[in-house]
Amino acid sequence: MTASQIGVSARRVGGADRVTGSQRFVGDVRLDNMLHVKLVTLDCARARILAVDTSAAERVDGVRAVLTAADLPDPMPRFGPVHQDRPVLAVGETKFHGEPVAAVAAETEEAADEAAALVRVTFEELPAVLTVDAALDPGAPLVQDPCLRTGPHAATNTLRGWDFGWGDVDAATAECVVEQTYTFPMVTHFAIEPHVFLAAAERDGVTVWSAIQHPYLLQSGIAKLLDLPIAKVRVIAPDPGGAFGGKQHAKFEPLVAFLALRTGRPVRLALTLAQTFQAVRRTAYQVHMRTGFAADGTIAFQDVECNGLLGAYADIGVRVVSKSTYLMCGPYRVPDARVHVRALLSHTPPATAFRGFGTPQVAWAVESQMDEAARRLGIDRLELRLRNLARRGEEIVAGDKPADGDWPESVRKAAEAIGWGTPLAPNRGRGIGVAVKSSATTGASYAIVRLHMDGSATVLAGTSDMGQGARTVLAQIAAEELGLTPDAVQVVMGDTGMAPFDLQTSASRSTVFMGTAVLEACRDVQRQVAELAANAFEVGADDIELDRGTLRVGERSFSFAELLVEAFAGVRGEVIGVGSRRGETVLTHALGGSPSFYEFNCTAVEVEVDRETGELLIVKHVSVADVGRALNPAHVEAQDEGAAIMGLGHTLMEHLIFDEHGRIVNLGALDYRIPTTKDVPLELHSLLVENGDGPGPYGAKGAGEGGLFAVSPAVASALTEATGAVIRELPLTAERVWRALDQQS
Amino acid sequence: MSDTYPVRVTVNGAARELDVATTETLLDALRWDLDLTGSKECCAEGECGACTVLVGDRAVNACLVLAVEADGLDITTVEGLGAGARLSPLQDAFLETGAIQCGFCIPGMVMAAQALLNQNPAPTPADVREGLAGNLCRCAGYQRIVDAVLLAAEGQA
Repeated sequence: MTASQIGVSARRVGGADRVTGSQRFVGDVRLDNMLHVKLVTLDCARARILAVDTSAAERVDGVRAVLTAADLPDPMPRFGPVHQDRPVLAVGETKFHGEPVAAVAAETEEAADEAAALVRVTFEELPAVLTVDAALDPGAPLVQDPCLRTGPHAATNTLRGWDFGWGDVDAATAECVVEQTYTFPMVTHFAIEPHVFLAAAERDGVTVWSAIQHPYLLQSGIAKLLDLPIAKVRVIAPDPGGAFGGKQHAKFEPLVAFLALRTGRPVRLALTLAQTFQAVRRTAYQVHMRTGFAADGTIAFQDVECNGLLGAYADIGVRVVSKSTYLMCGPYRVPDARVHVRALLSHTPPATAFRGFGTPQVAWAVESQMDEAARRLGIDRLELRLRNLARRGEEIVAGDKPADGDWPESVRKAAEAIGWGTPLAPNRGRGIGVAVKSSATTGASYAIVRLHMDGSATVLAGTSDMGQGARTVLAQIAAEELGLTPDAVQVVMGDTGMAPFDLQTSASRSTVFMGTAVLEACRDVQRQVAELAANAFEVGADDIELDRGTLRVGERSFSFAELLVEAFAGVRGEVIGVGSRRGETVLTHALGGSPSFYEFNCTAVEVEVDRETGELLIVKHVSVADVGRALNPAHVEAQDEGAAIMGLGHTLMEHLIFDEHGRIVNLGALDYRIPTTKDVPLELHSLLVENGDGPGPYGAKGAGEGGLFAVSPAVASALTEATGAVIRELPLTAERVWRALDQQS
Repeated sequence: MSDTYPVRVTVNGAARELDVATTETLLDALRWDLDLTGSKECCAEGECGACTVLVGDRAVNACLVLAVEADGLDITTVEGLGAGARLSPLQDAFLETGAIQCGFCIPGMVMAAQALLNQNPAPTPADVREGLAGNLCRCAGYQRIVDAVLLAAEGQA
């Protein structure tokens, strides 16, 4: 019998392929006879398209197709995960900078580039809506044609609105009321792997290659657009080279599918990094928050108006806004709450999911309010949080799932690790922040486990391994259940033609949902093995004792492999187990279902402020994640560390800057800036809380996003402690900090 | 089509002859003409380090070198770092410290680290941070990458 594979920091499955360069990412896929695609875009966000002349482009040697809206079905096919509002190509009007008007397919990239530059678009630039205030202006142009939409907001730029709350805020009393507005800008995912899409018409269907997080949603989406049976659409999804939510839903897959059908040739579109910036971004938030406190610091009420700024199309950004603001009161007990929320359309790149799914934006406001209250009330910031944090079993949203962890334990752990309350050097301050995210609410994951005759196993699971280590953890689960080591397990994923349905790889759901499906499939295998043994030895099922990969029949002990050789002698075969985990939709629930678990994080930092330059040095950074049980502690810690650094990115440096034409002016690595080795904390610690209280296998909860939830308020709070300066806009760039310090003096 | 020129290069110890377009980068020549796809393309303008290769002992962004300029050069890509199926000590250190998540930046990161170790076999943590500052990673947060380079250096000492 092998040692337990759970709670062990097994090496990453696929790690060797990545360190030798043999891992094939989607950009490394070559198809015989393929054409190269380039997009035709305009130099502004919003424009009326008056005419598109493709004649010069078509004359370029090697050009095989120049596709415009006129070449696509009428009405224009539209797609999107929530609202089907996004056209395959712009029709009539472009709505954001980078939205393609046409696409060229040619024998070489060079020819496609040349032809794309020769497509002559006659257009009239129109005023663009780029901000929350502009979107709310009653005189603003409408981003979307009202005929595409229904409901009370159809003739406005509010795509959707929600009102959450409980109790009676107007009747609530408070000794101290903190009222402020916080903004969180657009930031982009900047996966190091830019987006690449391929498609080929094959047999009587279509195959699409995309490093997508949700291959099965892409499959059904493409089937609908092309009016094909789902079975005739195959999505091959090589492991993404970073995704972070930016590769959840279709972007240019529909376009390449149409081009492949039109040309009869495989086609490949590789976005430049600049085009990737124009394709995916985080939802920007403006949160106006009025929080009441009793004199002892107990929260009395939360009264919130939140505007989430989407782009031109809903994508999944609309769900980001509702799901994150559902937890607008944070992980605290709040007796009365009123949360008024709008998701606004604008002439900017479509906002989509981005690690944290709105939680960092919410936490920026909630936690900054807590810090301001602590200062006004003269209560320690740590103490104020401990006083209000929901204890296990207490509700954070009236009538919904109560706190499912020992959250104060995480906070005390972080406080201890950062040295809370110990003396500080000059120009230094500390900050602490907490946040909670709703995990996946609904959805299904299926897995198949094949136990081979030599006892090794193949796991078919439709999860995407985008760096979080899904392959490794699923291999560990199967190894644990079947008495193997992970290297005797092959995990097959990334192909809708091979692995069964998985709704999505997001919301830190895979260990809980797909992990449970794999666990169930393994247990199905065990049951079948026991039946085989009962038949082979002509004993009752009760006489068989199973222990992971071995079984005992009376005094005798067999490995699974020995049994299969015995049972399958001659004809050979394998045992096939099936497992699933489903979260059913609850129609009466505002989110369609309660969170399957909460992802809770506490982040504490010590920061040194350079008063001359405004630069912030993160001296020490502690992230504590409540993960239920870490199936692979090194993987969980590494995810948490990565999230922490990503959180420092949007805290200290990242934001997309627009000019008056709606163009992003900082397109590119140097102008945009993400953290490098020189921006990381001098010390970074990821600590785990493991109480086995999660719904996943062996008590696991999902993990991997929490490390970025509360970085911004913790750093801002440290800045305030060090200098007195309070900043309510992100990022906390050196310039912004310097100006705040300059204003003080 | 633009004119092509013959180029002789040594790639991972083997002499190769290529006909390359004047506009073609060394990165494209490696990835498309030689099918050495370990070197990655991200920014294509020398800002991310994903395409880092060694020219001689030096780290170079292959996206910033024209293929015609590579004539006569001795180039090592990530595919040439180990010995056959055996990983180099540096590659093994990346696995050991858990430095790899999605892995897209890792080939460039490993090559930049190798160049650093070639020049400075016993780097301090600050040396490693400085040496890898041109290589962007969005998953791993760098700490384990720096640890990997230090571990490899210790092993060589």
